[in-house]
Amino acid sequence: MGEDTDTRKINHSFLRDHNYVTEADIISTVEFNHTGELLATGDKGGRVVIFQREPESKNEPYSQGEYNVYSTFQSHEPEFDYLKSLEIEEKINKIKWLPQQNAAHSLLSTNDKTIKLWKITERDKRPEGYNLKDEEGKLKDLSTVTSLQVPVLKPMDLMVEVTPRRIFANGHTYHVNSISVNSDCETYMSADDLRINLWHLAITDRSFNIVDIKPANMEDLTEVITASEFHPHHCNLFVYSSSKGSLRLCDMRASALCDKHSKLYEEPEDPSNRSFFSEIISSVSDVKFSHSGRYMLTRDYLTVKVWDLNMETKPVETYQVHDYLRSKLCSLYENDCIFDKFECAWNGSDSVIMTGAYNNFFRMFDRNTKRDVTLEASRESSKPRAILKPRRVCVGGKRRKDDISVDSLDFTKKILHTAWHPTENIIAIAATNNLYIFQDKVNSEMH
Amino acid sequence: MLRGRRRMEGALDAQSLISISLRKIHSSRTQRGGIKLHKNLLVSYVLRNARQLYLSERYAELYRRPPPPHAPYPPPAAPLAGPPELGPLPPGAEEQPPGPMPRGCGLPEPPVLLPPPHDPAPLELPGAPPQPPSPCRDSAPGFYRSGGCAYPALPGHCSGRTTVLDLDTHVVTTVENGYLAPDCCSQCPCCCPPAPGTKRKYYPGPGEEDDEDEDEPAAGGGAAAGVGVAPCPKRARFEELSPEPPPDASNISNLISIFGSGFTGLVSRQQADSEHGQLCSKQALASLGAWTRAIVAF
Repeated sequence: MGEDTDTRKINHSFLRDHNYVTEADIISTVEFNHTGELLATGDKGGRVVIFQREPESKNEPYSQGEYNVYSTFQSHEPEFDYLKSLEIEEKINKIKWLPQQNAAHSLLSTNDKTIKLWKITERDKRPEGYNLKDEEGKLKDLSTVTSLQVPVLKPMDLMVEVTPRRIFANGHTYHVNSISVNSDCETYMSADDLRINLWHLAITDRSFNIVDIKPANMEDLTEVITASEFHPHHCNLFVYSSSKGSLRLCDMRASALCDKHSKLYEEPEDPSNRSFFSEIISSVSDVKFSHSGRYMLTRDYLTVKVWDLNMETKPVETYQVHDYLRSKLCSLYENDCIFDKFECAWNGSDSVIMTGAYNNFFRMFDRNTKRDVTLEASRESSKPRAILKPRRVCVGGKRRKDDISVDSLDFTKKILHTAWHPTENIIAIAATNNLYIFQDKVNSEMH
Repeated sequence: MLRGRRRMEGALDAQSLISISLRKIHSSRTQRGGIKLHKNLLVSYVLRNARQLYLSERYAELYRRPPPPHAPYPPPAAPLAGPPELGPLPPGAEEQPPGPMPRGCGLPEPPVLLPPPHDPAPLELPGAPPQPPSPCRDSAPGFYRSGGCAYPALPGHCSGRTTVLDLDTHVVTTVENGYLAPDCCSQCPCCCPPAPGTKRKYYPGPGEEDDEDEDEPAAGGGAAAGVGVAPCPKRARFEELSPEPPPDASNISNLISIFGSGFTGLVSRQQADSEHGQLCSKQALASLGAWTRAIVAF
């Protein structure tokens, strides 16, 4: 892989020894827009930072295609729910871009409770030559105005303005975990632990509840919704995943309330793998449709699975992300790592899937060649523009040079959020509070 | 049921897992952003799994053991908790439960009582701290901030006994000195012959129910509240009153058997192999309802 662009962190060198990270800077979501020109990140402090890819230029060949900060804004602030005595975190859980319909860009960002629609516009011209005001904006002395002039637009330094256009509030009692824009570009859905709501992008004071799995008696609660997504092409279809490891495909044409799924995707549990933590590790943390719409990708604690929409009984492919952790589940339960929610991603052609792991490792699986690779996102191990070196975790037995043993993995360094450019081999990796962007200049082989 | 289960590596056993899980639930109440329903649900699964293992181990030991001698205390006067299908309990059969000695005091506090979230009329208790108002059933989102309303089993009870009424199932449980005299495992008729004349179930009539309601604290939910890592003061009380200290294992039975109510969603997935196990696990599993209410009652 090619160059390494590290942004957002000012200077870590003196902080490295203390391993100190401002909690507010921890990146909580990463998302490319539909062209890949823009990359948005959200963090725990409620801020959104948008990066823009520089157009390739012949003058500076090394900076072609680099991502630089385009805009930063505060999306959500901490709130307090007085009725329930609950503080509402400002952490951005998800960002989803709307397809671009005019010169402006729009995105949805959400915290635990409120979804906001932001419009991002550029201003690179300003009017000059007003009749009544001078250049500083002060009113002119009318006696000096002798003729009328038409103000003209003159170029100015680019200014990016971000304004909140809609605020979709009070739709959710539980914590919102995902949002997804429909292919009709008019509606989107938001899912919390027990309910999914359908919103119209222009209407903020109401939404339709399309899934409600809250039992009449909360005692009977056995599963929650963990992620959801609209089908990329069929505006009536969406999928949601549950904490029990199942996926439900729902058709909004079937009924107004899609509590009854059209298809249920579930793999029976392997009884030989049963443990105290079976329920936890089978909980699906992310679900993504392939670009083709034919497949779904799910991530649970130890594996990623590819499901064919036409086959409900089991996934068509299962990849072990870090099976060496299976014997460590007790410790991971104690230190809460077992609850980490990893995301997964497809590449543009749906041939490679990617997901994060611990120790700032991330994994890629080539579905065609069945080869996989472990790479590391860290300053120390990769100089800018160096090729990323594949890493290996050894589980005892013969240990090669540069191998990492399971016991020396750093579980505080987790890569939960990754994103793949929609068409090119560019990936964005969020490693705690650092954002790494890797590009594949030459089509390097996986090994 | 547990044969397919692999023992986890090294140190952690069922009791430690239970205490760790309860600690997590407890600390989740104070974390920013409110209770995470998903995480607590997963923790409750671990709790259930650990408890199943613990109970089946306990049961297995009891089954091997000869019937215990008659207890030095008088049998509890008040009736005891349990689903109706279990037979009458022997008096004081389980004051001294057998089994391995305690592994340490990392275990949770004996039962803590919270009003259930659906309780429309929280009961007043003598000397209990005021309870925050419960949300109405209709509008209750399932989140109920109890912060501070948790209170330990009445310490000032004159006879050292605590009687709780579960308003959901109308089952009355008596806890002696914070220790439930008949452990749920002892209810299996195979290991302890039933003693005549001991009521196990209590169905209050319409008139009686009101009287009981006034006297007894509400039960159900929130066992996790008040759980901490502090050493167990209840254990000290045991030591005062009984010749040998009961193992900490008994505290777990207190916690889980003091609340009796259904939890059908989880129960349906787990069926015991043998009927003996079934008797025991049914009642044990049946009381998991309290856990979920603890989780969602915040």
